Amino acid sequence: MVRARTKFIIGGVLVLGTAGYLMASSIGETGMYYLTPGELTAKVQGDSTFYDTGVKMGARVVPGTIEREPGGRAVSFRVTDGSQTIPVTYRGVIPDTFTDSVDVVVEGRYNKNGQFVATTLLAKCASRYENAPDKYQATPGYKAAKGPAA
Amino acid sequence: MILLGELSLWAALLMAAWSATVSFAGGRIGRVDLVASGERAMYATFAFVVLSSIGLWSALLTSDFSLRFVASYTSANLPAVYKFSAFWGGQAGSMLFWCLILALYSAITLYANRRRNRELMPYVTGTLALVLVFFLATTAFGANPYARLDWVPPDGTGLNPQLQNPGMAIHPPNLYLGYVATAVPFAFAIAALITRRLDAEWLAAVRRWSLVSWLFLTIGITLGMWWAYVELGWGGYWAWDPVENASLLPWLTGTAFLHSIMIQEKRGMLRKWNVTLVVATFLLSILGTFITRSGVIESVHSFAQSPIGNWFAGFLVTSIVATGILVATRLKDLEARAELESMVSREAAFLYNNVVLVGIAFSVLWGTLFPIISEAVRGSKITVGPPFFNTVNIPLGLLLLGLTGVGPLIAWRRASVANLKRQFAAPVAGGLGLGAALFALGMRDGYALVSYTLAGFVTTTIGQEFVKGVGARRRMHGESMPVALMRLVGRNRRRYGGYIVHFGIVVLFAAFAGLAFKKEYDLSLTPGASFTALDPYNRTWTFTSQGVSRYEELNRQVTAVILEAKRAGAPPTLIKSEKRQHVDSQGNPSFEPSTEVGILESLRQDVYLVLHGVTGEETAEIRITFNPLVWWVWYGGIIMAIGGLIVMWPQATRAGSKRRAEGGYVVVMQPSERPPVEAGV
Repeated sequence: MVRARTKFIIGGVLVLGTAGYLMASSIGETGMYYLTPGELTAKVQGDSTFYDTGVKMGARVVPGTIEREPGGRAVSFRVTDGSQTIPVTYRGVIPDTFTDSVDVVVEGRYNKNGQFVATTLLAKCASRYENAPDKYQATPGYKAAKGPAA
Repeated sequence: MILLGELSLWAALLMAAWSATVSFAGGRIGRVDLVASGERAMYATFAFVVLSSIGLWSALLTSDFSLRFVASYTSANLPAVYKFSAFWGGQAGSMLFWCLILALYSAITLYANRRRNRELMPYVTGTLALVLVFFLATTAFGANPYARLDWVPPDGTGLNPQLQNPGMAIHPPNLYLGYVATAVPFAFAIAALITRRLDAEWLAAVRRWSLVSWLFLTIGITLGMWWAYVELGWGGYWAWDPVENASLLPWLTGTAFLHSIMIQEKRGMLRKWNVTLVVATFLLSILGTFITRSGVIESVHSFAQSPIGNWFAGFLVTSIVATGILVATRLKDLEARAELESMVSREAAFLYNNVVLVGIAFSVLWGTLFPIISEAVRGSKITVGPPFFNTVNIPLGLLLLGLTGVGPLIAWRRASVANLKRQFAAPVAGGLGLGAALFALGMRDGYALVSYTLAGFVTTTIGQEFVKGVGARRRMHGESMPVALMRLVGRNRRRYGGYIVHFGIVVLFAAFAGLAFKKEYDLSLTPGASFTALDPYNRTWTFTSQGVSRYEELNRQVTAVILEAKRAGAPPTLIKSEKRQHVDSQGNPSFEPSTEVGILESLRQDVYLVLHGVTGEETAEIRITFNPLVWWVWYGGIIMAIGGLIVMWPQATRAGSKRRAEGGYVVVMQPSERPPVEAGV
């Protein structure tokens, strides 16, 4: 007669083994490289299968490159990490925080024409829940109130 | 006030350091005076942290913009309630808030145990004081809310509009109350390990604290989901974002502990496991703060990146090493007193519950940390998204749901076949009946069908337990139905409160399964134009744009679209979504524009309207989402919280009557005249 403890351990290993298998296989299937434009350029040069493979790219929007299509549903812009600049096109919901110079994470495919076609676009303010008091001081037309302000 | 507050912060740090030193020393060499000094120092720490918090609150409420913190998170025209809640809205303040709760919990723990657990208490005090030293030092050196600006701005930059929401005012405190409460069981576990007093004594002391932590985490997570749903406008409430996962992890291990603790109480098993779970829950709370605060993992929450991440990493590593050594040197004292006798026993069901909960926790942790792990191992960051978490956790979650129904039906130690037949007949019939009915009604989604079948099974189990319990009371005491029900729950709070929590879980799973039937439409509407759509119940809706309007409110400029929503055969209603540009009191824009969603709520589904933007003058670009059963998530959360409260509610039996006797009078009462407090909720 197998002891209950042994049976329990077999059951537990089965449960965790299945979970582990699911984890491993879904990482293989849905895991995505998270790259900067420089790394992505290096990857596709080293291995051309990286063209048209789903990846995430984190970079900063180059100011002045945002072109919105009328209707507010599609946009093209360039992103950079300082070393490489990649043009991005995106169709979908544009987040409120998307604007010049913000850090964005785009998910999509880099094609052989050198275009990154994004299917999701996340924009982050470096200070999303914080606002630097000095940030708006240099804005043209900033209305400083009376008092000993700068 | 600012000076007093800042000085109090430093004084609190010194006091906590003193308390840690003399408590450990006093416990080690058995000096009662040192131990007493350590406890007094802890109370003093609490007093100073309170003073320091009052200082910050007064600076916030009086809008003293010489403090960077006040200028960064509030503005003169911010409603007072959000000035108050800005305390925990920003990094530095939230650290101080953390210290405040920890100091409060420590003081309560010391007071509650002033005559109990005396052998453990020096080390409990010492451990809590050490944790406080860490948090106070991190606050004072790494994220000081009293840091000054070198110029005084005319106005602060205001609180992020997304945080100007009642849910957000109370969501963080709940999570903090939950996170921090894990420190007390941790301190008791450390004390029990050091003194080798590893029997049921320390477990009894920590059970209630684990429940406190569990309850606040449950409320906090539910509020967080609600806030994400009504405020962020992406139409969902859970995205497997690292910061969300961080709050889920201690909840999972804490839930596992609340189950496995029963096995140690009843059978003396799982002693190592329980210590491990308590320690893991605390460390996961710290890890959660680390993930949230350090910016080490890409998250849409992206709080300001700051050096305090390193402080947390250091603390985490030190704690893991220290507890690892403690546990390793005391393995002998942690041997089990009994063995599992049969696979068909309640113990086995509980053990599997633990395996699954910890399995879920591990997979969530793995997925959350995978970018870091893969970067360390393979040199490139790989991220996993919702598909990973769903693939792994839906099957595990359903297994857990099933166990929720199985556990209460099986006897302790060893269940007989007759017992099983009698117990399982109704629940199995209930589950299969519900599943078959939904299939007949046309539901074809596999996971959803399994979910609802299991939901039916667990609900019938719970119902059967209540019916049996009430029936027994009515036969034995001749009580009426409601009285019997109240007494049943009142006298067995842990058991029946637990069943209520389980029912809340069922409601939650029903809501999660509803997500499979979500429908979404993106469209543009000119004023007067209509759009017709089918909802998940195959009913026809017509949406007609009433036009776009622009107006100003107290601290914002608003662009709003109003739609008339009409379901075939029902009266029409209006639904509105806004784009807001917040401004400070000088009229300068602050923050990026934000979106205010419109939600038409009902028990069956929400109609969820988001205004993306306006083209030309009046063409509204919108998204309409039909979200089935979303309200069930909030109801599930509320039911769980109520169940948790019932479990926690102090039993007013012997202690109460003793107090009454000591008070100089004894009242003899018939069972039927017992005061209502005994009847529970």
